Amino acid sequence: MSFGQFLLVAVLAVPALGALAVAATPRDRAARVIGTVAAALTLVAALALVADRAGAWTAYGPTPPAVRPWHSLDLPWVPGLDLRFHLGVDGISWPLVVLTALLTLLCCGYSLWRVPAGGSGRALVALLLVVEVGILGTFLALDLVLFFLFFEVVLLPMYAIIVGWGGEGSDAAAVDARRRAGRKFALYTLFGSVLLLVGVYVVVAAAGTADIVALTGGAGLSRGTQLAAFVLLALAFAVKSPLWPLHSWLPDAHTQAPTVGSVLLAGVLLKMGTYGLIRVAVGVAPAGARWAAPVLGVLAVAAILVGSLVCLAQTELKRLIAYSSVGHMGFVLLGIATLTATGIQAALIGNVAHGIITGLLFFLAGAIKDRTRTGALGELSGLRDVAPRLSGLLAFAAIASLALPGLAGFWGEAFAVVAAIESGGPFWTTLAVLAAFGGALTAAYLLRLLRRVTHGRPSPAVAALRPGLPGDPAVVGQPSESAGHPAVVGQRSGLAGAELAAWAPLVLLALAVGLAPALVLGVAEAPVNALMEVLR
Amino acid sequence: MNTTALLGALLPVVPLAAALVGLLLPFARRRVAIGLGVAGAAGALALAVALLVTLVDPVEASTTWIRFGGLTVTLGVRLDGAAALVAVAVAAVALAVQVYSTGYLERGPHDDVDVDRRYPPYAAQISLFTAAMLLVVVSGDLILLLVGWEVMGICSYLLIAHDRRLSEAPAAAVKAFLVTRVGDVGFLLGIALLGVSAGSFRIADVLAHDHSIATRTAAGLLLLAGVAGKSAQFPLHTWLPDAMAGPTPISALIHAATMVAAGVYAVTRLWPLFAATPTVLAVLGVMASVSLLLGALAATAQDDIKRVLAWSTVSQIGYMTGALAVGSPPAALFHLLTHAAFKALLFLAVGAVIHAVGTASMSRMGGLRHSMPVTFWCMVIGLGALAGVPPLSGFWSKEGVLAAAEDALLGGGPAPAWVGWLVFLTGLVGVAITAWYATRLLLRTFLGAARDPLATPHDPPGVLRWPVLLLAVPAALLGLAGFSPWFAGRLLSTAAGELGAPRLVHVGPLMVLPLALLLLGAALAWAGWRRDTAADPAAALGPLRPVFARAFRLDDVQHALVVRPTTALGRATRAVDERVVDGAVTGTGRGARALGGGLGALHRAALPRAAAALLAGVLLIGLATALIGATS
Repeated sequence: MSFGQFLLVAVLAVPALGALAVAATPRDRAARVIGTVAAALTLVAALALVADRAGAWTAYGPTPPAVRPWHSLDLPWVPGLDLRFHLGVDGISWPLVVLTALLTLLCCGYSLWRVPAGGSGRALVALLLVVEVGILGTFLALDLVLFFLFFEVVLLPMYAIIVGWGGEGSDAAAVDARRRAGRKFALYTLFGSVLLLVGVYVVVAAAGTADIVALTGGAGLSRGTQLAAFVLLALAFAVKSPLWPLHSWLPDAHTQAPTVGSVLLAGVLLKMGTYGLIRVAVGVAPAGARWAAPVLGVLAVAAILVGSLVCLAQTELKRLIAYSSVGHMGFVLLGIATLTATGIQAALIGNVAHGIITGLLFFLAGAIKDRTRTGALGELSGLRDVAPRLSGLLAFAAIASLALPGLAGFWGEAFAVVAAIESGGPFWTTLAVLAAFGGALTAAYLLRLLRRVTHGRPSPAVAALRPGLPGDPAVVGQPSESAGHPAVVGQRSGLAGAELAAWAPLVLLALAVGLAPALVLGVAEAPVNALMEVLR
Repeated sequence: MNTTALLGALLPVVPLAAALVGLLLPFARRRVAIGLGVAGAAGALALAVALLVTLVDPVEASTTWIRFGGLTVTLGVRLDGAAALVAVAVAAVALAVQVYSTGYLERGPHDDVDVDRRYPPYAAQISLFTAAMLLVVVSGDLILLLVGWEVMGICSYLLIAHDRRLSEAPAAAVKAFLVTRVGDVGFLLGIALLGVSAGSFRIADVLAHDHSIATRTAAGLLLLAGVAGKSAQFPLHTWLPDAMAGPTPISALIHAATMVAAGVYAVTRLWPLFAATPTVLAVLGVMASVSLLLGALAATAQDDIKRVLAWSTVSQIGYMTGALAVGSPPAALFHLLTHAAFKALLFLAVGAVIHAVGTASMSRMGGLRHSMPVTFWCMVIGLGALAGVPPLSGFWSKEGVLAAAEDALLGGGPAPAWVGWLVFLTGLVGVAITAWYATRLLLRTFLGAARDPLATPHDPPGVLRWPVLLLAVPAALLGLAGFSPWFAGRLLSTAAGELGAPRLVHVGPLMVLPLALLLLGAALAWAGWRRDTAADPAAALGPLRPVFARAFRLDDVQHALVVRPTTALGRATRAVDERVVDGAVTGTGRGARALGGGLGALHRAALPRAAAALLAGVLLIGLATALIGATS
């Protein structure tokens, strides 16, 4: 077993063993520390995957396959069913693997400091790690059946996170709301999974293999099979991404989930859909992709416009951010729909940028809601007077989210538009123009958000915050003891060290990816070009 | 990369570094913030001057930033004489604004709350603004230019909203960003068209590529949308007067050397593309003429002294875009530079007035000449330059624009002759109106009797006075620099090999016409004021006055045609999305449960019915078996 193969296994085994260890540790805080350490080790292993990747290229013959993993591990798993445990990583999946590992680490670290009401912190961290295993497995799997299995692993732990720790308050209505959101999330995505299963079955039955490396390029599949397979797979991934009009599970789930759940949901869970679309649907059924691309493009642009317009009329902080994901993922899907190298690269960097920025936005929204106990935009105003640092960070995240050039979000959105222009013709040009207007609408709703939350006179909910650091849960809710302050029951407006530690990497990455997009795309150029060759 | 290119590359980096450090400072560290801001701007000024001195021939240096498929985005600089001159103007105004702000944002006599608390982010945002504008100036790549272009937009948003005491500031800030962002939709699409056509976003590659005429025209028109947004030209000018809600030094920064100048500058950067498309130049000419007259007429009826200057900016930028439309980038850049000097001077001097009087309303000023003599004389120079009084700077540069238009109407430029006529005539009318409103402003503010007996105005302290005094020098004399071959050569360096306007300054019989109009405008305003020194000369406008004051109600038109439909569409979309799209999903769920419940109820039958059903089933299966057995 080479070092690369060892790392591949480690990336999956460390969080899995970590989850077991967390579950087996009786003391809550110790368990959370163990979980955080496991997440940190996973991140180290994920980062190390990029090392030692040269040389893998020469191992192939005169006609190299379209997927050329840096490291791969191919073991028989269930020989009777011809199932293989085939893992690999390349420039398309690696940025997402690192993003997943990073966001999970930040969520675990955040959970060290604050556990949302509803359940034990131990169980939450264990579930986070299980979710991480599923997501990482999805990004690493090079076998369709294995891909499907990992795809499904994520579902139930995430359901448990939403229902167990989500929502606000413990009254019957709140419990009912989060149960409903969790149920909708689980059932809706399960419906997508059924389509995925059928699609996988169609492909495997027709091609006689489930190996993604061998399948990429659509070799051995008739045009009819490819069309059927693409429709099934694309629908399944469209639910996950989500693509309008299959998105309606998302606002409820994201709004009801606890902060760490929302961060993972928006940050990386959605990327399973877009990644699957690029790697599996487009890769395995390129003829189907070419056939369906216009429809995909239209729906993507509809998602951009509808998502932005709904955000413009949205009145709840987390729900607004959740809906903004619909619009942002619309840009990613538009990039994919163009089926050009420019578009796919834009989709890849858009994926990563959305994970960073929306992850940060959900952290900040959670912090605001935790402090003020409300997310209604009508009850929040004047945050910059009371909590200038928090409001400054919110402004930064919103500005990054509106795709300001120089920050991470710009590349994906601008170059999705460029890719549509590059595709040429009146159809794609129209889509490009509409998408560009969607970009202006994005700015409109994010600035509306900032104006409501940060500007103006402080609302009662905001004014009740005390200056200083937010206390640990023991202090929260008790009268202030500091002299000079009246005994106010409320949260502090400053930032805790744990919050800064969780947010700083995302802030820095939003800036770094914006200034140096090669961080993400430097490794992706070769695999995307390889994919383009089979698409021709 | 040689020394010159390095200087160019460092130009935006120095204020950017000051900005990033400044943003991380604790709010209480005012002195450090001042030091950083001033040092960043001073460093940029030193670099810009060094660049201007060392630059001989145009320099180009770039490296690949990122490749998207077959499209290359580069990270590089493209430096010529015009870029160096504009960079000096930007850095000089930024330095003046940084120094001036330290005094202006201190707690004044009329402030009820401490406005000074957020100084570090304020100074850092000015530094970022400066860095962004300098990036636009030196950038050798369209995407890099777009980075500076939009960062400037967001900085204007942040700075306009700075003053927390003004309830209208946040709305004005949002409006400033959104209106320019709508224009930038076009700008991005134009850049995308050019980049895709050339296979690279490097300006040199884009200019060298032989684009089809359709691409060039479409891209030119799309770019104009962005230019109209940033340079506040009709129909995207509506944000600029509202942006006056920002602190006065910020107005100086936005109106003089950055932001509004960026649009004009971007056109000169891509001039060969525009020069080859008469259609685009014609559109630009119409846009310029409408803005020129619209801004000038709106300025005549304002009571807020800053709004007079804001509308005059729209009008003066109209002269610049008009110069571009008639095919003379050097004339546009010359007016850009003189305008940067006199408009920065005017805003900073007006800031001193507002600081002293405590209001921006001219109806509460008057008679300030005796109590604020320094400010008065600086304002005289600034307004004289604005109106075009010889030998102040504005006279020469406006003369250059009119001469370029004259060239074009004689058929000597890339633009159609009618565009030349249009710009020439509106430019002449604009001279008279400008003289009228500049005279009115001076008379209403500094002459006559004081209208606010409670105010005890005085000339500003040194930190406010010195930037104003120093800016008065270029505002007065920069026009004469046009006679210097060294200066003219640098401005003409962008225009190598194109038609039209070989000289920068024109001395000839044509000068009489604008001078006569200037005297006419000033005399009319003065005559109106003489009749009653307490009354507003704008009363002479009669029924047109409210129309002009509200700038032909274009704000209302924009609100009715864009803002309200968009918000209504948002609400409608939300309702449809929640009731129809999501309703279908929940409906499916509810339907499935109802179906299950129904089937369940059917299965909970009493014994007789269950027995009957069982027997019926057996019968059916038996029948089917018999039938299948018979047929096979």
